[in-house]
Formats: sequence, structure tokens, C-alpha cells
Amino acid sequence: MDRICFSGVSKKFSLRTQRQLLRGHVRSWFQQSEDEILWALRDVSFTVRDGESLAVIGSNGAGKSTLLNLATGLCAADEGEVKLQGRLAALLELGSGFHLELTGEENLRIYAALLGLSRARTHEVHDSIVEFSELGQFISKPIRMYSAGMVLRLAFSVAIHADPDILLIDEVFAVGDQSFQSKCFERMLRFREQGKTMVCVTHSPELLRKMCDRAIWLDHGKLMLAGGLNEVLAAYENRLVLPLPIDVA
Amino acid sequence: MTAADYPFVVQNLVLKDFKIRYRNMSLGMFWSLLNPFFMMAVLVFVFTNVFPDQTVKGFPLFILCGLVPFNFFTLAWSSGMVCVADNSSFVKRIPLPRALLPVSNVLANCIHLLIQIAILLAFALVLGYRVNLYWLFLPVVWGLEVIFILGLVMATCAMDVYVRDLRYIVDSIIRVMFWAVPVFYSLDRVPLRYRGLYEYNPVSALAVSLRQILMQGEAPDARLLWKLAATSGLMLAAGWFLFQRLEKRFYEHL
Repeated sequence: MDRICFSGVSKKFSLRTQRQLLRGHVRSWFQQSEDEILWALRDVSFTVRDGESLAVIGSNGAGKSTLLNLATGLCAADEGEVKLQGRLAALLELGSGFHLELTGEENLRIYAALLGLSRARTHEVHDSIVEFSELGQFISKPIRMYSAGMVLRLAFSVAIHADPDILLIDEVFAVGDQSFQSKCFERMLRFREQGKTMVCVTHSPELLRKMCDRAIWLDHGKLMLAGGLNEVLAAYENRLVLPLPIDVA
Repeated sequence: MTAADYPFVVQNLVLKDFKIRYRNMSLGMFWSLLNPFFMMAVLVFVFTNVFPDQTVKGFPLFILCGLVPFNFFTLAWSSGMVCVADNSSFVKRIPLPRALLPVSNVLANCIHLLIQIAILLAFALVLGYRVNLYWLFLPVVWGLEVIFILGLVMATCAMDVYVRDLRYIVDSIIRVMFWAVPVFYSLDRVPLRYRGLYEYNPVSALAVSLRQILMQGEAPDARLLWKLAATSGLMLAAGWFLFQRLEKRFYEHL
């Protein structure tokens, strides 16, 4: 079964900044100006089957995050079609929706709800989340007292208890100290073993080698190569070493 | 989009809003009780001593019947209309229906409203007005008001994403509304030819119906109720429609 299917997907963004205020709107009625357009993705097609784990690699601005956002339905494609089958959880940014004045406990419930955990499921895994986060007494303190690492640990602990068919992850691996990181990593591997579908964006090749079996390589919005992880990684790394004339205007 | 437990999400967003609002106040909820009383006190002073209005009996309750709906309108609209633009991380990072934002924002303000209604009713009883059969109309008129506000918030919070200075325009409208809603004067003093306009304004209609129910002990005017229902229903439909249309490009504009 195809879990995610992109066919000929393109996404553009306007680079014009003046439209946000009334002034900008009024001006645009009177002046015809060319819209500056950035194609974040251009004619990208791929599929992810059930149980596969796909890595998305590419330099900054290649369109990796745009691809994940399209897959989640946060924005709509300008051309082509995005299809998705199954329950989805997206870790695009850890702790979106956290509020500093609220306690760890309160933020935990809000974040769980936002990540798609049901009321019953949240109740069921609550203790396990607190234990996983290793926050101890701090769980009942406002998170403005937390260190940055503690906040991320709390967010990750909640996220890992979501039980989706498809998990999308954008650069949120580097959490906490070494021991916590390896704990997170173990959880991810277990997720893989359960035959769940994953799409990962990260710049760490070691992580990718352990977690993913297939990869796609994006460059300036275009799909350069799709295939086995090692093959794609090798091609990508070669490209980086060779001084190819990439337009650096 | 994540298939989430939507009631659970709304409950959490409402509680979040409510807790944040009251946690940092030393007197907590007490402040929300004090505000309408200060306003009432100054208006009662002005309109019994400076511009005495003999046509109205029981001025304190009369004012409160206008102030409570007006305060709710002000608070819910001004806090609700920025709920999308000020929550860009929700819009850009969390794959849930965006309509959850305005809905939970208005519901959070409804908790606040319930407290104010409790004060209003307690005040009426203290002043010697009795519970009557027509109190059954109270949930109806308040419900219609909430529907109206929800529509208004959905329409304007979506537009605010595209035109960020909308919030200053709304600010001015709210200031004008204080005078355009019969908060401190009675509808009877408004010349007949303008009265139609007042009846189509849901905030005015609510103030007038509240006075009829609580002070005169009679059923609210049927014609007024129909108009209130019509404007509220239309507002919600328009707000919902506009929100669904504009929501498609929130991501690109935030």
C-alpha cells in the first residue's frame, strides 16, 4: 500500500513582502508589478510504501521542509497531487504550542492533544511520558524555569507516545544529553521495527544510515535522485565535494 | 492533517487561554469582577448627577445590562481577531484544522462571560428584582450573541492574516460602538427612524432584551429576537465561509 504519494508536485512562494498592510494592498490595485516567485518544489514525484522509511536530503533551502509541510497538508500544492493514507503525526518543530507560564504537566496535555493523542490515550500514557522525560519534580513547575534541553525533552517524550501510521520528522533529533539521545533513538528504531512508515529530514548521515532504507535528494526544489539510501547519500556527498557551478547569485 | 480528538484539543486550548489569563493576577478572577463595577460606578455618577436621566428607573442595573454584553463583545472580538496571526506556530507547524483557533478563543471568552453573567444576575437579585419565567429566555439571547461573535471573530481573524492593520480598524469600531450601543441610554430616547438600525445590531438587541427580562419582567420583543437570530445566523455563515476561503493561504501569509 502506498502511504504517501507525490505526483508532479510543485510549490511556489511569492517573495513580495509589501502586501501585508492595507497600504500594500491599495498600492497593488493601482500598480501592476511583476510578482517575484520562488519555486520551492518543482515537479517532484515519489511514493513511500507502508513500512518504508524515507530520508529526504539536500542543502539548506532545497525544499525539504516544504515537502514535509505539503505531506502534512499544512499548505496546498500549486501543481500536482499529494496523497496520504493513514494516521499521521508530524514532528516539524518540538514544543510548538508550549506556553512558558504553564507547568510541564499542563503543557504536556496541550501538546499531546495537538499531536493527535486522544483524551483516553493521553491519560493512559501520561505516567510513561513523565518517566521518559526524566523531569521528576520539575514536571509541576512552569516551564520558564526549565533549561532549553528540558523543554525539548518534555516535547520529545510526548511526541514519542503518539501512535501514528506515518511519522514525519524534521530535524528534531538532537535532544538532550547523550543518554537521552540514545533513548530517543531506541524508540525511533522500535517504531521502525513495528513496521511504521517514516519520513526523516536531517543533516546527520549516521542517523540516516541507522533509520532509513530509501532516500530522495532535493536540490533547489528539484528531485535529483531517488533510490537506496547509500546510493543517494554517496551521490549527494560527491556533489558537495566537487566544486560544481551551483548558482550562488 | 492529523486525525485528532477535537473536543480534547478545544478543551486544552480553552483551558490554556484561561489559565494564562488568570495565573499572573494576584487577585485572579477578582479583577474580572471589578472592571464592570468601576465602569458602572462612573456611569451611574455621570448620569445621575451630571446629566440626570429621569426616564430610567434603577440606573445601576440598567447600566450593567448594557455593559456586560458590550464588554463581552469588546473582549471577545479584540482578542479573537488576532488569534490566527498571533499563533503562527500553530498554523505553520501543527496539522490540525485552523478553525479550532477561533472556536476555542471564543469559548475561552465565554467562561469569562459566564462569570460576568453570574454577577449581573446576583446584582439583580440583590437589588430586589425577582426571578421570573422569562429568565428562560436568557440562554437564548446569550447563545445568539455568542453565535454572532463567533462569526465576527472567524471573519476578522482570517482577514487579519492578509491585512495586518485590520486590528487598528477594529479598535476604532469598538470605540464607536460604545456610543452606538445603548449602554448608558435607553432605546426609547433614540428617534424612531434610527431605531431600526439599533435593532439589527446584536449587541444593542441583547442589551435591550436583558433589560426587558431582568428589569421589566417581561418577554423580550419577538420581532427583536427574530432580528437578533437572523443577524447572528448570517454573521456565523459569512464568517465560516470567509474563514474556509481564506484559510487555504494562511501558510503562505504567515
